[in-house]
Amino acid sequence: MSEPWWVSVIKALVIINLVLLTFAYTTLLERKLLARMQLRFGPNRAGPYGLLQPIADLVKLVRKESFFPTAAIDAPYILAPVVSAFTALAAFAVIPFGNGWNIWRYHVNGVVANVPISLILIFALGSIGIYGFIVGGWASESKYSLLGSMRTCAQLVSYEVSLALSVLGVVITAGSLSLVQIVHNQAHSLWYVVPQAVGFLVFLISGVAETSRAPFDLPEAEQELVAGYHTEYSGMRWGLFQMAEYVNMITLSGLAITLFLGGWHFPFAHGVDFLGPLWFFVKLLALLFAFIWLRATLPRLRYDQLMSFGWKILLPVATVNALVTALVVVWAN
Amino acid sequence: MLRIFRCIRTGNARRCARESEEKPMSPQPVDTLKGFGVTFKQIFKKPLTQQYPEFKRPVYPRFRGRHRLWRHENGLEKCVGCSLCAAACPADCIRVVAAENTPENRVSPGERYARIYEINLSRCIFCGYCELACPFDAITLGNEYELAEYDRDDQIYTKDMLLAEPIKRVPVADAELYDTPIPYYRAHS
Repeated sequence: MSEPWWVSVIKALVIINLVLLTFAYTTLLERKLLARMQLRFGPNRAGPYGLLQPIADLVKLVRKESFFPTAAIDAPYILAPVVSAFTALAAFAVIPFGNGWNIWRYHVNGVVANVPISLILIFALGSIGIYGFIVGGWASESKYSLLGSMRTCAQLVSYEVSLALSVLGVVITAGSLSLVQIVHNQAHSLWYVVPQAVGFLVFLISGVAETSRAPFDLPEAEQELVAGYHTEYSGMRWGLFQMAEYVNMITLSGLAITLFLGGWHFPFAHGVDFLGPLWFFVKLLALLFAFIWLRATLPRLRYDQLMSFGWKILLPVATVNALVTALVVVWAN
Repeated sequence: MLRIFRCIRTGNARRCARESEEKPMSPQPVDTLKGFGVTFKQIFKKPLTQQYPEFKRPVYPRFRGRHRLWRHENGLEKCVGCSLCAAACPADCIRVVAAENTPENRVSPGERYARIYEINLSRCIFCGYCELACPFDAITLGNEYELAEYDRDDQIYTKDMLLAEPIKRVPVADAELYDTPIPYYRAHS
């Protein structure tokens, strides 16, 4: 089913804005929830219940001076946040959020870009996004930034392996790299979270590390590194980095939903599938809550713990999971 | 498996093994899950935050805030312009310029009075030495602490401002609640 190109463009615009809106209110949700878990109120001054806080933050960031260190290397320093933010947003294009609708004379797909190898595309974009973090820290010519980006580099590269391997189980079970196909396969069978429980767990843990969130937030450990790779950034350039981080978290949650939690399907019922985006959003909120909950609960790991956990536990578990899945699939056929 | 988790947390396998022989602890993953329960429960509790501009926590009775200059009951100023407060001030924020009292213009009961009395509150450290130094209890420290201004010049309090009755903006806790006797120089000024 094809759709005219301008429908895709409109859809892309809508999705980008929705993702940005979700990002803005994820920051508020995070601050509010974190505050409540620590017996505080969180932001409650801007608007009712602090609901205008993200807008106030945005206005503040845009009006703030974009500090530029004299020693910084110009082009990479300016480009780094742009690259990170772009790849983070672009990855959302291949995540399916609905079944597709016939509106008037046109068919609208439930995904911005239906790519047959969308899973690989997401991982490729994620890997390019890491360049933004690494280059940004290196180009700002500051020791904290450099240390932060070295940590980012080591951590993201280590955990990317486990992340990709944990997904392999789903790919083998579904027999497809297309996210649309993977969601479609889960419509009439169990969600992959049940047969791929180990893979789901590994995916979540390495996903938390991949988005460098607590307890794996070593790249920006405030107590040691000021802020990590974005120490020398301010204003909206810093805002772009922050946006990239949160959008990565949202994309990763979206990917987890798509791969393991049945995508936009409602559990055990298909009559309400036209409301796909709603179920997708509800699942997304649940996962974001889990991310924030994790941050409120667990303290940061030490660096050697992080590395040994990634290489000595997650990687073998993910590998064995992929191997066992392959064997079972071959044996069953 | 549990042992592996625990030893990763401890980072020292040998010490970890020795400790786990000594006292059985609950396994690390179980403890971690308990932690999730703890943080989740907090969501439904009432936050402890005091919402400041709406709620002002009462200050202690002997809290040292903004200064106040006093008058005698007959309307004359207690300050005689001796500059002892300025001499005692560690932050050097008090400026006193004295002038002679004349029969036509009698401001204070002594020989002289403070023609200019200024406190630069942006430098004041609220140590209270000025009220200790004052032989006539002319200056005391009040309870006001909301002293923010948009301009540094506004932080310089002149004699008229210090003599005026301050706007009561800060609640003061009942002195009876605290075993802090009110000092002589404050009780009698």
